[in-house]
Amino acid sequence: MVQPRDAAQAAKPVERSVPRADAAASMRFRRAVVDRAMQGVLGLAAASSIAVTLGIVYILISESVPFFRAVGLKTFLTDTMWTPQFAVPRYGIVPLLMGTLVTTMVALAVALPAGSIIAIWLSEFAPARLRETVKPVLELLAAVPTVVYGYFALLFVTPLLQRLWPDLPTFNMLGAGLVMGIMIIPYVSSLSEDAMRAVPMLLREGSFAVGGNKIVTATRVVFPAALSGIAAAYVLGISRAVGETMIVAVAAGQQPLILDPARPLDAMNPGQPGATITAFIVSVSLGDVQHGEIGYQAIFAAGLTLFVATLGFNVAGYLLRKRFRQAY
Amino acid sequence: MTSIERVIRFRRYQDIGFQVLGASLTVIALLVLGALVLDLAKTGLGRLSWSFLASFPSRKAEQAGIASAIVGSFYVMVVTAFTAIPLGVAAGVYLEEYSRRNWFTAVIEINIANLAGVPSIVYGLMALSLFVYTFGLGESILAGGLTLALLILPIVIVATREALRSIPQHIREAAYAMGATRWQVVRYHLLPYSTGGIATGVIIALSRAIGETAPLITIGALTFIAFLPPTPFSPRPEEDGGGLYGPFEWLDSGFTVLPIQMFNWVSRPGDAFLANAAAAGIVLIVATLGLNALAIVVRNRMRRRIRW
Repeated sequence: MVQPRDAAQAAKPVERSVPRADAAASMRFRRAVVDRAMQGVLGLAAASSIAVTLGIVYILISESVPFFRAVGLKTFLTDTMWTPQFAVPRYGIVPLLMGTLVTTMVALAVALPAGSIIAIWLSEFAPARLRETVKPVLELLAAVPTVVYGYFALLFVTPLLQRLWPDLPTFNMLGAGLVMGIMIIPYVSSLSEDAMRAVPMLLREGSFAVGGNKIVTATRVVFPAALSGIAAAYVLGISRAVGETMIVAVAAGQQPLILDPARPLDAMNPGQPGATITAFIVSVSLGDVQHGEIGYQAIFAAGLTLFVATLGFNVAGYLLRKRFRQAY
Repeated sequence: MTSIERVIRFRRYQDIGFQVLGASLTVIALLVLGALVLDLAKTGLGRLSWSFLASFPSRKAEQAGIASAIVGSFYVMVVTAFTAIPLGVAAGVYLEEYSRRNWFTAVIEINIANLAGVPSIVYGLMALSLFVYTFGLGESILAGGLTLALLILPIVIVATREALRSIPQHIREAAYAMGATRWQVVRYHLLPYSTGGIATGVIIALSRAIGETAPLITIGALTFIAFLPPTPFSPRPEEDGGGLYGPFEWLDSGFTVLPIQMFNWVSRPGDAFLANAAAAGIVLIVATLGLNALAIVVRNRMRRRIRW
C-alpha cells in the first residue's frame, strides 16, 4: 500500500520538471537576496554600538571645547576650587575628583573584602544547592534602583552612624560610600566566583594531597589561579563606584569639597559632605542652566573627565576577563 | 599532643573560622537588603493607597501621588523596549553568527564591554546634547526612552550572544545540511530556541532602565508633572483644536518617571514628603524586584524545557 503512493509522488516532479525548476531557481534567488539583505541589516545594528561610542566621545569633546578655551586645561586640572555659582567662578576639577575618590575608596573598602570573601565562600565552601540559591538573591543587591539606595543611605545608614558619631553631618560621604559598597558587592562576588570555579579541580586536589586545608587551598592556590578574573571583577567594581550618581547625589551632599592647601589630608575625611563629579552634573541639571552658557559646558567637561576615568577601567576589565576565560 | 596533631587541629579550626566568616558576611549583605525593604515599608506603607497611585504630585504632601510618574515610566519603557530589543538582538545575532574573527569584531567587542561600563549619567549628557538639542526632541518621552535604550543596549546584546552561544553547533549544521540559508537558520532555528535566554536578559535590562534616574535628570525630565501624556485616539480638548489625538503624540509629551519623583521627594524637607518618597520607593522596588523574579522564573522554565 505504501510503496505505490511513494512512487506516485516521486513521479510527480518529473512530469512538471521545467516550471518547477524555474520556481526553485527564483526561490533560491529570493532567498539569497533576503539572506544578503538581512546580513546587511544585522551588520548595521552591530555597527550602531560603535556609533554610540563615537557619539559620546564626539559630543563630550565638542561641547567641552568652548569650556576649555574659556577656562584653560591647566586651570581645570590644577585649580583647587570648584565654584561655578560664585561671582568670580573657579573651575578646578580637583575638589570634585577628591569627592569621587573618597566615596569610591569607602565603597571599595566594603565591596572588595566582602565581595572576595563571599566569592571564596560560595565557590570553595558552600554546598552547590546553597550557592545556586544565594547567588541570584545576592545579585538583587545590584538590582535595587540607586535612588532607593540613596534614600536608604540618607535616612537609615546615616542616622545609624550618627549614633556612633554624633558630629556626623546629615549629608556625608561615609554613609553614601558604605551603601555604595553594599551595592557593588555582587558585581565583585559574582564575577570572582565564576573565575574561581573555572579553576580546574586538579589544582585543588594537588593542594589537598600535600596537606592543604580548604582555606589554604582557596587563598594560596585557587585565588592566585583565578587572579585575572578576580582583578577584572575588582576593576569593574571600581568603575561602577566612580560612575555611581544617585546615591552620592542624595546622601553625600552637592557641595564641592573645600580644599585647604595647608591641610590637604582633611579632604580625605569621609565624615563630611562632598560632591562627586556625578553629583555635580545632577545638581546643575536640576538647576536652570541655559544651553550654550559656560555652566552648561562645564557639565560636559566633568562628564568627559568621568568618561576618560571609567574608559581605562572598563577596557582593563574586559582584557582581564578575556584572559581568565582563555586560561583553562 | 604532638606538634603535627596541633597543626591539623589548627587547620581545621581555620576552615571552620572561614566558614563562619563567609556565611556571616553573606547573611549581613542579605540583611542589609532586608533592612532596606523593611525601612521603606515602615515609612511608606501607610501612605500607599489607591489615591496615592492615582493622584498627581502636589504641594501638599498628603494629597500628592504618583499617577504621572507611573504613566511616564510606562511610556518611557515602551520606547526603550521597542528601540533596544530589535537593535540589541540584531547586533547580538550579527556578532555571534555572522561576523568573522577579525580586528573589526575585536573593536566592536571591546566597545560593547566599555559601553556596558560607561556611567549612566554620561549617556544622559550625550542625550542632552544630541536628542534634546541637535535633534530637537526636547525633554520628551521619546528623548527619555531613546536615552535609556542606548543605556541598556549592551545588556541586550550580551544576553543575546550568550543565549545563542548555548545552542549546540549541530543544530546549525543540521539546518545548513537541509539547504537553509544563514538567515533561515537564524530566523527559524536560532531565534526561536534562544527566545527564553534573550527574554531573561531583556527583562533584567528593563528592570535596570526602570530604576534609572540620573540620565533622565540630565536630559531635563521634569519633577512636577500634573498631566498625563495624550492617550492615542483620545479626544483632544476643544481649545486645543478638538478631534482625536494621533497614535504617537504622547512621544512629544513632557514626562516624569518614578525614580525622579522619589528623588524629588527625598530632597524636600519635611517628614510628610519622606513618607511619599518611601511609598514611591516601595512601588519602584516592587517593580524592579518583580521583574528580576520574573527573569529568574523564565530562565528556570527554559532550563527545564530545553535539553540538547
